[in-house]
Amino acid sequence: MCDQTFLANVFGSCDKCFKQRALRPVFKKSQQLSYCSTCAEIVSATLKKIKGQLDTARARAAGLHQVAERVEALGQFVMKTRRTLKGHGNKVLCMDWCKDKRRIVSSSQDGKVIVWDSFTTNKEHAVTMPCTWVMACAYAPSGCAIACGGLDNKCSVYPLTFDKNENMAAKKKSVAMHTNYLSACSFTNSDMQILTASGDGTCALWDVESGQLLQSFHGHGADVLCLDLAPSETGNTFVSGGCDKKAMVWDMRSGQCVQAFETHESDINSVRYYPSGDAFASGSDDATCRLYDLRADREVAIYSKESIIFGASSVDFSLSGRLLFAGYNDYTINVWDVLKGSRVSILFGHENRVSTLRVSPDGTAFCSGSWDHTLRVREMVFSFRVCERRKEG
Amino acid sequence: MSSGTSASALQRLVEQLKLEAGVERIKVSQAAAELQQYCMQNACKDALLVGVPAGSNPFREPRSCALL
Repeated sequence: MCDQTFLANVFGSCDKCFKQRALRPVFKKSQQLSYCSTCAEIVSATLKKIKGQLDTARARAAGLHQVAERVEALGQFVMKTRRTLKGHGNKVLCMDWCKDKRRIVSSSQDGKVIVWDSFTTNKEHAVTMPCTWVMACAYAPSGCAIACGGLDNKCSVYPLTFDKNENMAAKKKSVAMHTNYLSACSFTNSDMQILTASGDGTCALWDVESGQLLQSFHGHGADVLCLDLAPSETGNTFVSGGCDKKAMVWDMRSGQCVQAFETHESDINSVRYYPSGDAFASGSDDATCRLYDLRADREVAIYSKESIIFGASSVDFSLSGRLLFAGYNDYTINVWDVLKGSRVSILFGHENRVSTLRVSPDGTAFCSGSWDHTLRVREMVFSFRVCERRKEG
Repeated sequence: MSSGTSASALQRLVEQLKLEAGVERIKVSQAAAELQQYCMQNACKDALLVGVPAGSNPFREPRSCALL
């Protein structure tokens, strides 16, 4: 006996035109009605038209690029590598600039953390961590200490000493303790407090001296991969991004999440505040970078190209916020015009993924670290406008 | 949302969403205009945008070695 499903054709009076026809079910405001095929088709055509209008309205709705239409376009930029820092034995995972605009701390997969003088490329300090994959490192505001951590689930602070007889590892202070890997760390405005982000899905604020937990931030549904503190003028908030595709803005005093944004389609690898503190950019595995405005409480710009299919691992703004530098997993760095959304430069040179990227504190240069074991410090050399062919007629 | 989510977790979520919904928002056009204004005001100080005079550039190799 074969099983066959029959479509039961109800014959009756259409709820819209009242004619005697074969009817099919249509749902209107969760109430089931019976329409004839003609009326059902009219309904679906109307729905399609309204959806099309909505999509057009949304696309036209003032995003940053639409508002900045009248701004003069930037030309193409040429950025040159001024220094290549070689010395790491494995993938460079993280780097940070010192406030003196000259020194750089970087950490790598082999457990080594190195402090460089970027002008001379000399290594000033080196310490070997007891774990591999040191995914986070940060320079203290005073320039007298560095913080780092990774698979050891901890964030440790090392005071920097120029005394050749002192072993840096001897003065190590364990500050943060998480239950999973440390993905990001940053000193707050002083050497006294550290903010950390972890694979355990939380962020935390610690007192360096005592190692005490001052505040914890719960809300991410998965690993937190990055964080950035608001520029000091704008107050006590920070933004974090995670594997749950969410970027969350937190109040550091209360531990509350004050705003959350969920428009990315994959893990958010990097977040960075706009220099004015009113917005922040994010880079994600979905191959896009996005700009979120905090006062408008929504995404206002998206930086993407069909040809870019690899995730963005790291983003940072230039001093004025006009340029967005983004390092990608396809070994390149793309430089975006923040206002207009166009790409002004694509930088090659690294022989493996770009894992970390920071603009120097005075905005004169930017440094990128890569899985090819090196760091490159680059500068803008010149920019030029491509002449457009005049249209005939 | 998993079917095992407790009532208290849902309650917390509702509270959080209410908090986020209560944020005061400005229009995107205004926000975008202010971002643009910040860019324009600070463009001249941005070395990666307008460049820096060669003399004061610490990364540029010196043209002549000051060796006696």
